[in-house]
Amino acid sequence: MRELREMKATWIIAVFGILFTLAGPSVLELFTIITLAQVIGLSILALSLALVWGFGGILCFGQTAFFGLGAYAYVIAAINFGGSSWAILVAMLVAAAFAAILGYFVFYGRVSDVYLAVITLTVTLILYSLIRRTSGPEYKIGNALLGGFNGISAPPLNYPWDASAFLFPEQVFYVAMLALIIAYVFCSWLVRTHFGRVCVAIRENEDRAELLAYDTRLYKLGIFTVGAAIAGLGGIFFCIGVSRVTPDVFSLPQSALTIIWVIVGGRGTLIGPILATFALYYLTSALGSQSVLNTNLVLGTILIIFVLGVPKGVVPAISDLMQSRRGRKALRARERRLQRRRPSSTHNATTTEGAE
Amino acid sequence: MDLLVSIIFQIVYVIANLALISLGLAIIFGMMRVINLAHGEFLMLGGYTVVVATNNGVNIWIAILILSPLVVGLIGIIVERLLIRFLYGRMVDTLLATWGLSLLFIGLITSIFGASTATTISPPLGVITIGEYTSSGYELFLIGITILLLIAVFLVLKMTTLGLVARGTMQNAEMASALGVSTSRIYMLTFGLGAAVSGLAGGLLAPITGVLPTIGTVYIAKAFITVISGGMAILAGTTSASILLGAVNGVVSFVTGPTLGEVALLLAAIILLRLMPRGITGSIFRKSL
Amino acid sequence: MKRKAHTVLETRGLSMHFGGVHAVDRVDFTLRENELRCLIGPNGAGKSTFFKCLTGQLNPTAGDVVIRDVHVAGREPHEVASLGVGIKTQVPNVFDGLTVEENIWTAARRWHNAKRAQTLTSDAIERLKLGDIRSTLVGNLAHGQRQWVELGMVIAAEPWLVLLDEPTAGMTHEETARTADLIREINHSATIIVVEHDMQFVRSISQHVTLFHEGAIMMEGTMEEISSDPRAREVYLGSKA
Repeated sequence: MRELREMKATWIIAVFGILFTLAGPSVLELFTIITLAQVIGLSILALSLALVWGFGGILCFGQTAFFGLGAYAYVIAAINFGGSSWAILVAMLVAAAFAAILGYFVFYGRVSDVYLAVITLTVTLILYSLIRRTSGPEYKIGNALLGGFNGISAPPLNYPWDASAFLFPEQVFYVAMLALIIAYVFCSWLVRTHFGRVCVAIRENEDRAELLAYDTRLYKLGIFTVGAAIAGLGGIFFCIGVSRVTPDVFSLPQSALTIIWVIVGGRGTLIGPILATFALYYLTSALGSQSVLNTNLVLGTILIIFVLGVPKGVVPAISDLMQSRRGRKALRARERRLQRRRPSSTHNATTTEGAE
Repeated sequence: MDLLVSIIFQIVYVIANLALISLGLAIIFGMMRVINLAHGEFLMLGGYTVVVATNNGVNIWIAILILSPLVVGLIGIIVERLLIRFLYGRMVDTLLATWGLSLLFIGLITSIFGASTATTISPPLGVITIGEYTSSGYELFLIGITILLLIAVFLVLKMTTLGLVARGTMQNAEMASALGVSTSRIYMLTFGLGAAVSGLAGGLLAPITGVLPTIGTVYIAKAFITVISGGMAILAGTTSASILLGAVNGVVSFVTGPTLGEVALLLAAIILLRLMPRGITGSIFRKSL
Repeated sequence: MKRKAHTVLETRGLSMHFGGVHAVDRVDFTLRENELRCLIGPNGAGKSTFFKCLTGQLNPTAGDVVIRDVHVAGREPHEVASLGVGIKTQVPNVFDGLTVEENIWTAARRWHNAKRAQTLTSDAIERLKLGDIRSTLVGNLAHGQRQWVELGMVIAAEPWLVLLDEPTAGMTHEETARTADLIREINHSATIIVVEHDMQFVRSISQHVTLFHEGAIMMEGTMEEISSDPRAREVYLGSKA
């Protein structure tokens, strides 16, 4: 478990997360706590794209497809099972299975990254129009009516295997935060494993990875599927937070937002997109409550500005800045050492260290 | 018999519709390797041009056939100058920037015209009857104009100096600029041409679909799938993919309704791409335009 | 028949056509165990295309490639490499966003557990004298150093068959000499094919040389035999001579 020891920054961030979780309900208003569940769901979605795109190099424009499928699968399963415990598992499995099938076609067809972006986006949009048309009583899975563009109301979370004991909003908040922290630590661990490192290598140079005898299609399919399961997990908390799932989870603005979180937070970092989700969520809700500036207008502008001006995203830009400072300091220290004619020590800096 | 003619007419209409909404995207993609995610918004702007013009007393034919390509073509040129030209060779960034542009246009039009449908215009031309079935004359007109548009683009690419130089520039930009061709100008005009064709398509469709700031979303999924399935060759790709996917969509829609028609279109495209990752014209008809 | 038993790589009627161009045309080639073979020939002779057919980067139009009794023509590069083949391509083909150490580790870890991979990585870094830059991003290195990193990736995987396409391209005189030493060293434990332009370099490492011309093998022999052959000189100097 060498990987776990390398994750110092990850553990520090996780501790901050736990402190926030414990302090939240006593500091924040109940209404905020209730909304936070959906923001946490969205930030898990951002985390999943940070993994798939930022580390796997897979330009998935339709990460919300898995998010939405997770949400729908959770709601449908929870209604049919009469409880939420197994439904959570079903939701993640449905999202992962869908990604595995889609991924088989695109990765084994060796579709290029731009095509992949467009295909995943198209799949999402077609899901959107498909689900919107399911408003009749004939569209139902088990006991769950799909409800067309009105969606389905989401059953609340309950205590494990006791469907009659619903969780209170604070408890939902605890569970959601716990899921986020676990997913975050898991992703951070994953990118340090052999599997994760090969995925990063494939992102850097797929041909080279092939020539080193790695079946790159399989690795891409793997990280894509894991990412989808995490996105599905995000979908669960999102629909519990809004207490409803509607086709809007598959909509174009939702896909665009997910991309914007990762662009703004930065590719190659896991915490960046999570923080960007929280920040932009509050920005867009503030924009939604006024009528001067249209939300789409602002988001479009942010996206263009970041692509042109800060292509790496906020968190990598800041850490680059800090690194170049540290680098200069290290260089000076090294020069001093050399003057004293001591052998230079080797240190094990790794680029995945950025993945807190 | 009448039923058969009516069904065939519907399927041909679906095919023509696919070709119409995809052609502008295909021009920009085939010539510049840029996938324009704001394509749907170019169509939307074409629709708004028609609505605004007819509301101000402009003849509907002039609004559709002249103003919508002109206005959107100009917008395309401006977009190319202000944004796209900084991103050549960076395909992923171009995708992202055009997505930003798409949001920006939606936001802008919503701010100006509001989020709901602007005044609708009823389709010109009446109803035609095939035996006991009726079809809209405007749909027949759209099929005709799509064919004309494909021929026109073919002639521009094949016959005019602009087309020749543009094809040369796209194949080898360095060589072309060594020969004294202004590559920058060619890219600008190509993007403008693609935008104009998209604008015309949006204008043509406005009487049928109405206009909304978010109407682009309705088209883009189909347009992307058609262009990617078609591959790099603009005309051969768009035409062959439209025929194949349009037929699948048309037949399945006829049997089961429009919902599954779209799903069938998508499935057909994904299976096609598994077999031909570079699209139809990446595997066959390679030397075509 | 004894000779046949030692054949580790063989092509039969290998052809690669691009449209009407016959880049490689019905090539029969045999490589025996522990050989160090250089493929030479003027630009456009087809040696690099031939190389790419061996590595799986190109799917040959016709013919077969057999590596240790496995038919690999048309297989994916990772399947060829999975036979224990180390490959270095013509342009430096490395992971720019990773450090030198991570590049080499990724190669070693494919075959060995984490601990052994770390040992092999350190060994390769030491052998190639990359210690000072082990934590530098490969994208920030000079061309010659990137070539070394790629060689490090090849040796860290401990292949039994090594395919190198122009390993000295862009190297200084001194670096080329070091590469020659390294290749001779690798040859103690592995069979090697080197595609090369630099005749001086070829002379310094290889006993047996294959000369390509117009997509086919023109002749095989020692460097002396080839350089004294008038037809071979003509190929290199041009037919006007």
